[in-house]
Amino acid sequence: MMAGWVPLAGGALAAALLVPLALAGYRMVTGPSYADRFIALDMLTGVAIAFAAAIAVATGQAAFLDVGLGLALINFVATCAFARFLERKARR
Amino acid sequence: MIATLAGLALATLGVGFVIVAGLGVIRLPDAFQRMHAATKAGTLGAALVLLGACLVLGTGSAWLTGALTILVLLLTLPLGAQMLGRAAYMSGSPLRGLGGRDALAGILRREPDPLTPREPLPPTERPDAARPDPADRPAV
Repeated sequence: MMAGWVPLAGGALAAALLVPLALAGYRMVTGPSYADRFIALDMLTGVAIAFAAAIAVATGQAAFLDVGLGLALINFVATCAFARFLERKARR
Repeated sequence: MIATLAGLALATLGVGFVIVAGLGVIRLPDAFQRMHAATKAGTLGAALVLLGACLVLGTGSAWLTGALTILVLLLTLPLGAQMLGRAAYMSGSPLRGLGGRDALAGILRREPDPLTPREPLPPTERPDAARPDPADRPAV
């Protein structure tokens, strides 16, 4: 039962996640200010975590959840660094 | 079987939330409203997809990693959003659709115009302007 449609459903979830990936990527490329780009980058990491979970469903490998955990840990440091960068740039 | 179906339903709901967050990031007018969409709906969606994946996989290690990831997300994303919002305010992102007065005026320093990568650097910060021109240097 598990072998049949569950990987397909996971693949469909991963394919559906391409939509927010494209939307946030568009905002990151064209967002007028630095703040918009950093917010879109923050959101892209969240989409990537969801992507890792969907791939874990599609393949049945729990190891892909570790990828999501690593992304979640890195995301916080990256967001802090970008925020400090933006504040220092604003204070010039 | 029930757990698999429930997990797939939760993951589908989470993907829906992430898609709504992506639409908000595209369509909302200023950086703070985009952040409102991206952090709240995006976090909820990612956590729901993780929870659904844990339900589908069902093993102990999957539950451990998934629960840890959700915990990290719920602990760190509000902090990151607060720092990013403060930085966006200080860098002069426009406040469109503000109902009352700007409650942070005079509390945080704020740039008059939003910082964009396209704007040229002021002359003192231009790297080649900091060095004196070799032609002006006195002959040794």
